[in-house]
Parts: sequence; structure tokens; C-alpha cells
Amino acid sequence: MGSQIFRHVNFLNWLLLLLSLECPFAATYFELSTLSSNSTQYKPDHHDAEGSAQDERLHVFTVDYNYVQIPYEVTLWILLASLAKIGFHLYHRLPSLMPECCLLIVIGALVGAIIFGTDHKSPPVMTTNIYFLYLLPPIVLEEGYFMPTRPFFENFVSILWWSVLGSLLNAFGIGLSLYGICQIEAFGLTDVNLLQNLLFGSLISAVDPVAALAVFEEASVNEQLYMMIFGESLLNDGITVVLYNIFIAFTQMHRYEEIEPVDVLAGFARFFVVGLGGVLFGIVFGFVSAFMTRFTQNISAIEPLLVFMFSYLSYLSAETLYISGILAMTACAVTMKKYVEENVSQNSYTTIKYFMKMLSSVSETLIFVFMGVSTVGRNHEWNWAFVSFTLLFCLIWRVLSVFALFYISNKFRTYPFTIKDQLIIAYSGLRGASSFSLAFLLPMYLFPRKNMFITATLVVIYFTVFIQGITIGPLVKYLDVKKTNKKECINEEIHVRMMDHLKAGIEDICGHWSHYQLRDKFKKFDTKYLKKILIRENQPKSSIVSLYKKLEIKQAIELAESGMISSAASTTSLQSYRNQRMHRLSPEEVESMRDMLAHSLYQVRQRTLSYNRHNLPTETNEKQAKEILIRRQNSLRQSVRKGNSLPWGKPASTKNVRFLSLRYGTHHPARRKARHDASTGDYSSDSDSMVSIMFSPQLRAGSLGANRHQQEMVPMEQLDRREKLSDFAGQRGTPSKQDHTARIRRPALMPKPQFDAVFEEEIQGYESEEEEEAVMASRPSVKWAAEKRNVRHFHKAPSSPFWRK
Amino acid sequence: MGSSHSMPEEIQELADKTGFTLEQIEHLHRRFKQISGDQPTLRKESFDRIPDLEFNPIRSKIVRAFFDKRNLRQAPDGLADEINFEDFLTIMSYFRPIEMNMDEEQLDHFRKEKLKFLFHMYDSDNDGKITLQEYRKVVEELLSRNPHLEKESARSIADGAMMEAASICVGQMVGPLWVV
Repeated sequence: MGSQIFRHVNFLNWLLLLLSLECPFAATYFELSTLSSNSTQYKPDHHDAEGSAQDERLHVFTVDYNYVQIPYEVTLWILLASLAKIGFHLYHRLPSLMPECCLLIVIGALVGAIIFGTDHKSPPVMTTNIYFLYLLPPIVLEEGYFMPTRPFFENFVSILWWSVLGSLLNAFGIGLSLYGICQIEAFGLTDVNLLQNLLFGSLISAVDPVAALAVFEEASVNEQLYMMIFGESLLNDGITVVLYNIFIAFTQMHRYEEIEPVDVLAGFARFFVVGLGGVLFGIVFGFVSAFMTRFTQNISAIEPLLVFMFSYLSYLSAETLYISGILAMTACAVTMKKYVEENVSQNSYTTIKYFMKMLSSVSETLIFVFMGVSTVGRNHEWNWAFVSFTLLFCLIWRVLSVFALFYISNKFRTYPFTIKDQLIIAYSGLRGASSFSLAFLLPMYLFPRKNMFITATLVVIYFTVFIQGITIGPLVKYLDVKKTNKKECINEEIHVRMMDHLKAGIEDICGHWSHYQLRDKFKKFDTKYLKKILIRENQPKSSIVSLYKKLEIKQAIELAESGMISSAASTTSLQSYRNQRMHRLSPEEVESMRDMLAHSLYQVRQRTLSYNRHNLPTETNEKQAKEILIRRQNSLRQSVRKGNSLPWGKPASTKNVRFLSLRYGTHHPARRKARHDASTGDYSSDSDSMVSIMFSPQLRAGSLGANRHQQEMVPMEQLDRREKLSDFAGQRGTPSKQDHTARIRRPALMPKPQFDAVFEEEIQGYESEEEEEAVMASRPSVKWAAEKRNVRHFHKAPSSPFWRK
Repeated sequence: MGSSHSMPEEIQELADKTGFTLEQIEHLHRRFKQISGDQPTLRKESFDRIPDLEFNPIRSKIVRAFFDKRNLRQAPDGLADEINFEDFLTIMSYFRPIEMNMDEEQLDHFRKEKLKFLFHMYDSDNDGKITLQEYRKVVEELLSRNPHLEKESARSIADGAMMEAASICVGQMVGPLWVV
């Protein structure tokens, strides 16, 4: 109850803050309207002001707003949007109600209202050049970079089929239908010719998936569906822009003449050239940039720069040749990502991700603000027929194209899409920033009725984003779309895995050319040639391992900071000898087992996906760290309480004992490396994305040797923490922590003695320690003393689904 | 059997027995020759000719399944040393997709056959039961591609799975009871 009030208070606070920000904002605009009416607006005329001042007297205080107008206003808009987002997420119910882009549109409308109300001419942030050169690339880059590659390529043909043909079908369908409507005299639209209609059709069919994806992620729909929408949007942007440019070229060329079939064919050919050329460009640039990152060990500060600049360069180069820059950039990001991630340092990796998100967020905000500004403005032309038919046709054609195309592609898929899936895909055709931008940028001289187009586009966007965006969540739940297979059953998982491998094996044996084959071939080629060229030396052979290393370092640092390092290790090692006993597996153990099974195949299949344009999925690791702490506290308490009983051969009658019989390798070497890093001050305190892996790499003895000298540091830091630890041990909380069990979705992994000759002595020391503890475990202080010797075991954070960025 | 593929009666016999179409049998025969190196029979070593199989964690089980007499419907247990094309086809027929024109009984039989095939893969000592040891071995193999996972983890998973199954039935997994 109190927390609710608190939340409301928070919200009110934020609201007040927002209003207070708005006031100077509005005031500024108001003042500006008087100021700007006098002077020339967009020239930073700094010196003039001074000059005029000198004519009279020296002013102590002058205001020159024109100098900073454009950046000032842009910054204010962005800040406003950010504040709105903060508030949006503060008030917990809102994000589940509506997607975030609704909020952005509202903010934009608000800004637009203010600008309109104060009669101020908004700065020309949105011109063709600025949009295509500065605003669009970050969005596209971010989409391409955070695309989950494996599901994408697994479904590649379906996605390609659906997005290319879907866009074409939609564009032409809507365009032609509207042209038919325009022919009807009564609507007063006869001056809109076929080309214009086609162009409009192409720009209105650009789909913006972010809202849909947010809903999907929350409802954890199955991977295939998610991937279809994601992939569609990715390619759809490129295709729409290509079509748009082609049609504009057509319009410019044949303003008064008929279009000849030769031109239409040329248009087709151009479409392919543009599309494929873009992809090739992107791949080349991706490889070049990956290659460059191989050599940046000592100047890691320029690594993010390389990534961004090369992607941007690919975009610009493609645009020079009138090839699709969007596709180029996407291909570049996808190609580059894999190798760059291996090569760059941890900090650069984080920087790249965050910066990308930031840039794309800013771009999108600006576009939406502009959309809002345009809404509340004078450049509208309302035509009932056009607008309503546009909306109608958008919906109809989307449904038609979905069902038609999926009917065909289902025949070739192993996992066909059900009617429910198709319905969801049809319903998730939300339009967004790209449609608006393309409409806004229509050249006026070619399109005398541009305002009508803008109005229609805006109506469609508002409708789809608000109404469809808000209702898609409930719809998904209602239809109960097939969720990702979250089964609480290990057996099932094992059998499914087994069958997968069996199928793959039989396919290999009978020489059946399936997509497994392709992927294996690519992998082999990749490992043999590409990785050698593009990735630095001295990297562990498995990419999983290197990624895991990065994570471990991060987690080790987190753990070091949180102070619960080797405490409960001893407790859990007791459990390692309790194989024989029967105990009920708790859900998170099942989950961990399942995850482990899921991730240790040679074809890794991801389970849940997560994509949000406005956020990095950052919270997970912090939550995990906290949960590790809590878990350890609990298991500590458990062990302390149960300390008197013999550890062996006693059945676990209580359900509270949430240990795991799973053992995973220790991560001494990585940890020591982490210590090393920590000592050299290389703290990366930011939390990473959802990349965490269940198993630990056992870096072979070679690399271990180098790190052994770091051992001494560890006990020192341990000593500091003993005080903290004893606090926790001192508490004897209530035994039942079922609520924690429920909350903690992923278990902490228990370390185990490493079966490596190097560490033999530790293991023995470890084991004898347990006996000691078993006897004396009721006294926490003794336990902590025993801890001193046990320096190398600590928990690893639990895994989340393996998410390779 | 090199010459027999030009004789349609034998092929027809095979087609009837295994349910493959003629084109499929042709294709498989080509593949068989490729794997066996133009020999009339396959041995375990022949499967080494398939490079892609290297990456498969349960490779040995798959290969073994080809020589398992229970799958070949020759004997209740034991391993054959070599198999001919007909046996090869028999094993492959376990992987045929379900056809629309099957009736309930056929479907049921078909599914049972597939399940039995899988069961035999788990049950390595051919006693008709999957014990904990065997299950452990299976899981170990499944995870064997990953060099960073300990055997202990695999064992624990197997234990967990067995325990799960134990909550439904008792002890070991016996053939008829094994329905997941």
C-alpha cells in the first residue's frame, strides 16, 4: 500500500518536473516569436548583435538566441523526450499498457502544440539531407547490429520471401487500389495520378516493428514469429526506400509522358541491383572493419570509432552509387559484429552497444517529435475519402499479403506458421517513423497534394501505433500464441535434443542437403579462413569461451564489489557428495539444466529473444548478482542450521534445501585474470547485456600458468570481506524461502573441484575443510576462518538464455 | 548389390518393404555406394567417410544404431558387423515422414517403431530397459561436444531427469512405460 502511494508520488514528482521544464520551454518559444520576427532566423549572427549593441551603449547582458537556436531546440526536445521516458517507466502500469513509441508521439504532439501555439517557426531539422544522412543511419545500424543472427539465418528464406514480396505486394496493392479510388470523381482526387499513388503505397507500407516486438518479447512468443517480424522490418526499410527512390525517379522522368515497359523493366532490374549491391557493399565493409579491429589492441579507444565510422562509410558509399545504403549498413553490421566482438576490449564492446542505442534513440525521438510538430500544424489537407481508404487498404492488403504469402511459404517450412501466427503478423503491421519521414520528404513540386499525403500518413500512423499497438498485447494473450517452449521437464529437453542431433546425423548420412548442411559449411569456412584473418591471435578457440571470459571478468568484478565471494562454496560442495539422494528439483534447477542442454549443442539454438530499441537489456545481470547474493545468504543459513547433521546419506526431506547437484567448473583462471584487471583499475562497472553462459571454460594449463602469481592477491581481498560475510551468517532467517525460489529464475552455479593436476592440493584442502565444517558448522566464525584457505571458489552468476549480440 | 538396382522387381520389393519411393531408393543407393566405397556392405568404419558427422555429439550412437540388430529386426540383441543395402534402407525407413494416407493403426505402429528406434539408442546393453547408467551415458554424449562441461554436470542432468521420470514411474525406464 505504501509503495503504491510512493509510486504515485514519484509519478507526480516527475509530472511536476516535466511541467516545470515545459514552462521555460514555452516561454522561450514565446519570447522567440517576438525576437525572431525581427532578425534573420537561421544565421548565427553573433557579431551583428554586438555591432548593434555598440551603437548604443555597452550592454551588460545580451541575449542572442538565434546563434544557438537550432541546437538548443533540438537538445531541448531530446531532453524532454528523455524525461518523458523516465516518467513513463516510473509509472509501472504504463509500459505494459502501451508501447513506448506512443509516448514519443505524444511528446512530439505536445511540442508541436507549443510551437504552434507560440507561432514559432520550427528549425529545419527535418530536410531530406538531414534525414537520410544523419537521422536514418543510426536507426538502421542499431537494428542491424542487434539482430539475432542465428534465428535470422535459420529463417532466412522465409523472411526474404515474406519481406520482399510482402512489401512489393503491399506497395503495389495499396497504390493501385488508391488509384482506383482516385478515379472516382466524387472524391475530388482525380489529379493524383498512378505514379503518385504507387509512391504513396510504397511509403505507407514501411513497417515499424518496435512496438510489436516489445509486445512479443513480453509475451514471450515463439522465436519464429519474433524473427519474422524483426527480419521483415529490417529488410522492409531497405526495400521501401528503394521503391521510393525508383518511383521518385520515375516521377521526375515521366511527368507528362507515359511510362514505357522498358522503364518498368529497368525499374525491376534496378531494384535487384540496388538490393544485392547494397548487401555486397555491406559485407565488404564489414570484413574490412573487422580486419582493422584485429590490430587495435593498444589503442582500444578507437575501436568504437572504427565500428561506427565503417558502418557509416558503407552507408554513404552505397548511397553515392544509388545503391541501398540501408541494406549495406545492415549487412555491414551483421558481418562485422561477430568478429568485432571477439577483437575489441570489454569497454569498447559496451561502449559500442550503448552508443548505438543512444544514437538510434535520439534519432527516433527527433523523428517522432517532428511528426508531432507536423501534426499540430497548418500543413494538412483533409480528404475523407483518401484518408479512410488509405487506412482501409493498409489493413486489407496487409492481411491479404500475409495469408497469401505464408500459405505458400508454409509448404516449404519444417515448422509452418499457424493461422494464429499469421493473424498476429498481420495485426502487427504498425507504421512508424519511416513512413512519416518519407511522406514528409516528398518534393512539393512533384506532389502538389503533398499535404494530403502527409495527413493520410499521420492518420495511419496514429491509428496503428495507438490502437493496434495497445491492443496487440491483449490480442496475443487472447490468441495464446504458441510460446517459447518453457517446459518444466528435463526429460523432454533431453529427448528433443537427442532427436535433433539424430536428425542432423541422419541427414548427414543420407546426404540430404538441408540448412544444417549450409550452416556447417559456412562454419567450417569461417573457422578455417575468416577467423584466422579477422580475429586476433591469442584468442581462445571457441567464441563461446571468449564471450564467457568477458562475462566472467565482469561478474567477478561485480562479485568482488558485492563482497560475497567464496562463502557458500563450502556449503554447496557438501552437496556434491549427495548424488545418490533423491531430491525434488526446483524449477530453477530444471531451468539451469535445460539451459545447459540448450547451449551445449554444436548448433546453439536460442530460446528467448529480447530486442528493445530504447533499452539495452541491462537489468538482468544486476538482478542476477543480487539474486546470487540472496541465494547465498539463504544457502548459508541453511547450511549453518543444518550443520550438525552429517552431510552424507541423508535424504533431503525439506524442500528448502535449494542446492544444486550440478557442478560446474571453477573459473580460477578467469577469476585471477579478473583480479588482475581489477587491480590495474580496469573496472567496468556497467552491467552487460544478457550474455551469460552456464558452463565455465577451462582454459588450459598454459594460460593458467601466467595467472597463478595473482593468487596472493585474493586472500587479501578476502580478509576484508569477512566482516561482511559474518553479518550475513549471523542472521538466522526463516527457513522457508519459497518466495526467493520463485523469484530466482536462475540458480547460482556451484563450483567444483577442478580435475586438473595443477590444483590437486587445493582439492584436498577443500575436502578436508568440509569435514571440518560438517562438525563445526554451527559456528560461523570458524567457518569463515576455514574460508581463508579456500580461496578459489565462488559462485558464478546464473545463466540467462544465451544471447549472442 | 551393384547390379540389382537395374532390376525393378527387387527395387519394388524394397519399396514395398520399406515404404520408400523408387527415386528415394535410387538416391539412397547412390549414397550407400558413396559411403561404402562401392562395397556391397557397410561397416562401422565406412561412416568415417562422412565428414559432417564428425561434429555430431552422438555420432557413435547413431552409427551404432545402424548395426543394432534390434533395429534391423534380425535378433533381439547384438550388433551386426556389416549391413547391406537392404538393412541400410530398413534403418532409413524409420525416418520417413508420416504420410497422409495412413490410417490410425498404421500411424500408431509407425510411431511406435520410431519410438523403439530411439529407445534402442538409449538402451545400449540391449536389455530392454534404460538404467540410470545408460541414461547418464546418453546425456554425457549429448554434451560431449562441449569440452568445457564436466562429466559431473552431465551426470547430474541425467540424475535429475531420472528423478523426474521417477516421480511418474519407478526405478528404471522400461520400454512400454517410456512415453514422454
